[in-house]
Amino acid sequence: MSIAHAEFAPRRPVTPLQIVGYMVLAVGAVCVVVGFIDGPRTFTQVVVIGLSNGAVYALIALGYTMVYGIIELINFAHGDLFMIGSVLAAIFLEERLNQNSSSPKAWLLLALVMLVVMALCSGINVTIERLAYRRLRNAPKLAPLITAVGVSFILQNIGILMNGSAPHSRASVLPQGSLKIGSVEIRIRYIVVIAVTIPLLLMMTYIVQKTRTGKAMRATAQDRDASLLMGINVDKMIAYTFALGGALAGAAGTMYVQVNGTTRYDAGFRLGLIAFTAAVLGGVGNLLGAVLGGVLIGLIQALNDSALGLFPGQKWTQTVLFGILILMIIFRPGGIFGQHQQEKV
Amino acid sequence: MAGITALLILIAGSAGLHFIGKFPPPKAVLGGAGLAIAFLLPHLWFTKETEGYLPLFTVVLCAVYALFALGLNIVVGFAGLLDLGYVAFFLVGAYVGGWFMSDFAVNVSKSTRTINIHLLDAASAKIPGIHLSFWIVIVIAGVLAALAGVIIGAPTLRLKSDYLALVTLGFGEILPEVFRNSDDVPPGHLNFTNGTKGIGPVDRVGMGFLDRIPGIPKTISSNDYRTKYYVILVFCGLFVWVSIKLRDGKLGRAWMAIREDELAASLMGVPLMRTKLWSYAVGAVAGGVGGAFYATIVGTVNVDTFEFSFSIIVLCAVILGGMGNVWGAILGAVVITWFNYTGLTWLGTKVNTAAPDGSYFAKFDFRNLQFMLFGLVLVLMMLFRPDGFIPAARSKQVKIAEQQVLAKLEVGE
Repeated sequence: MSIAHAEFAPRRPVTPLQIVGYMVLAVGAVCVVVGFIDGPRTFTQVVVIGLSNGAVYALIALGYTMVYGIIELINFAHGDLFMIGSVLAAIFLEERLNQNSSSPKAWLLLALVMLVVMALCSGINVTIERLAYRRLRNAPKLAPLITAVGVSFILQNIGILMNGSAPHSRASVLPQGSLKIGSVEIRIRYIVVIAVTIPLLLMMTYIVQKTRTGKAMRATAQDRDASLLMGINVDKMIAYTFALGGALAGAAGTMYVQVNGTTRYDAGFRLGLIAFTAAVLGGVGNLLGAVLGGVLIGLIQALNDSALGLFPGQKWTQTVLFGILILMIIFRPGGIFGQHQQEKV
Repeated sequence: MAGITALLILIAGSAGLHFIGKFPPPKAVLGGAGLAIAFLLPHLWFTKETEGYLPLFTVVLCAVYALFALGLNIVVGFAGLLDLGYVAFFLVGAYVGGWFMSDFAVNVSKSTRTINIHLLDAASAKIPGIHLSFWIVIVIAGVLAALAGVIIGAPTLRLKSDYLALVTLGFGEILPEVFRNSDDVPPGHLNFTNGTKGIGPVDRVGMGFLDRIPGIPKTISSNDYRTKYYVILVFCGLFVWVSIKLRDGKLGRAWMAIREDELAASLMGVPLMRTKLWSYAVGAVAGGVGGAFYATIVGTVNVDTFEFSFSIIVLCAVILGGMGNVWGAILGAVVITWFNYTGLTWLGTKVNTAAPDGSYFAKFDFRNLQFMLFGLVLVLMMLFRPDGFIPAARSKQVKIAEQQVLAKLEVGE
């Protein structure tokens, strides 16, 4: 059935399901407009918060999307790796280095801690891949998926052991003040997060698009067997992908603590799902899509939390976000930019 | 007394399985022994010591989780669809129990203040609200859960397996939030779920005409875990029978065909959607029934119970025992539930007292290792024993067939 559809029906008629999809989009647009009219100033501030959160989501989403792109595995544990990163960063900076207020020295140490956490997280991610996923690469599809869920729970438990089962509030070393642009106040830390994320993303793009290793990675993602025949060390490339994803998760964790001021063992589960939603929104496997999806999800979440106008408010956040996830997966599994790809037979 | 009854059950069960069920003698005796152990389990509770490692409450929960595992086994084990949102059906069942077996209905809005419906129930007629007989509620819970399964399944079951897992997980996360927030629904501040406060107390279970049998009370009091256990055991037995009948029937063969190769199954004329939806619906029934029963055991329905980790516990049970094996699912559920509710704490205190004073392990709270347990079970089983501890007979046959094919290939035939 799928072959016929893919080859002979380039334009499918609009189905009732699609109409529902467009209606959901329309409702979202109306909500945004009404929210803006309701409080233009708050709206602008919320947009900045959304962009900053979205930057963190984009970093996590990239890890999902890259891993899915290369071995077609939804790495459930990725969100929890981010959580481990946030806990490690908080422990290093606050407990080991005793930095809990804003100063140039603290910023420098923060940068250092971020690098260390990135290295540690990529190490953890590579270890997970080596120990758990690699053996199951040719197993039935359920096996690696279930393993990933298991790894996620193990990481959460490590989070409990390091951080305790209750949320732990952490001090931020970023400047507390805010910038005033016209009548809009924007907190500096949100800008810092965005400013840190952009070079990371550019670096990522450079590695994947311009370097030899990046080329090999992309080749492995396209066709593993052919890459193997071309002399690419596929195992190494997959490990490399996990390392990159882990580093980004570590960076995201470090930034997240600085902005939100808490570490909790279950942060990874929720944020991981949100980031995965972002990846799906941009089309799983599509790097640029993951970034844009992350930003979009960040904006949607911030707007929803603000409860401006028609937005339902914080207590419905999960429903809104996972609703988007479900609707996207059902109606546009290829993402908002991607073409819907029929499964190859 | 209990010992003699257990012996009788062992003999009668083995004989019944052999002569009526046409089981070969060793299997029949094994089945009879299983029945006898299942009967004896709550009777082991007569000393202070056994209560430490096998409280009756845990025994009841083991049986409830066995029912859940049987349900999920149909979805994951038989049909091969990874459902990470099984908690949704548990939730539906529990809320049905809360709605129809308590005075909650009077809180919905001002106009329902005086509602007072009693139907074959065990509650006092003076208490307002909707009070249906437990046995009716069980049916409603099963039907509504099946309906929920079809509603969740209809749009999602055509997805690839990993996406399906994620969508079910999403539903499992959304549903508790919807129920948590449905205590002030816009037209007229309707309170459908009582939000975070939860619904309770849930009525006792009335045994109807069964109370004429000596030993069975008229209503099950809240701490009569022994009777509760036997009731849930009957449901488990029923579901085992249903599972086996379905597995060996046309539907079960279609499920397994889909599990092994979806494309091949569809080419052979298996209607994919309908078959998958059936597995969801049947699996959900167990979740709903278990949920309603859970509400009566605990006596309240609290939205915080319905967490993602529940879905994972049940999944662990199915995987530990062996996907697709009914008995494995039960064994897995008993082991996992025991560890989760009692074993970790019990072993933890043992280690705590054994460890030298002041050392790390003397104060370590072993309940903190709960998630580690689930995670390790999933990872290690998948890596080293993907078929579980009691592999399904079918997967053994498949293995043997594969080996035969490989052997032939090596010879070069």
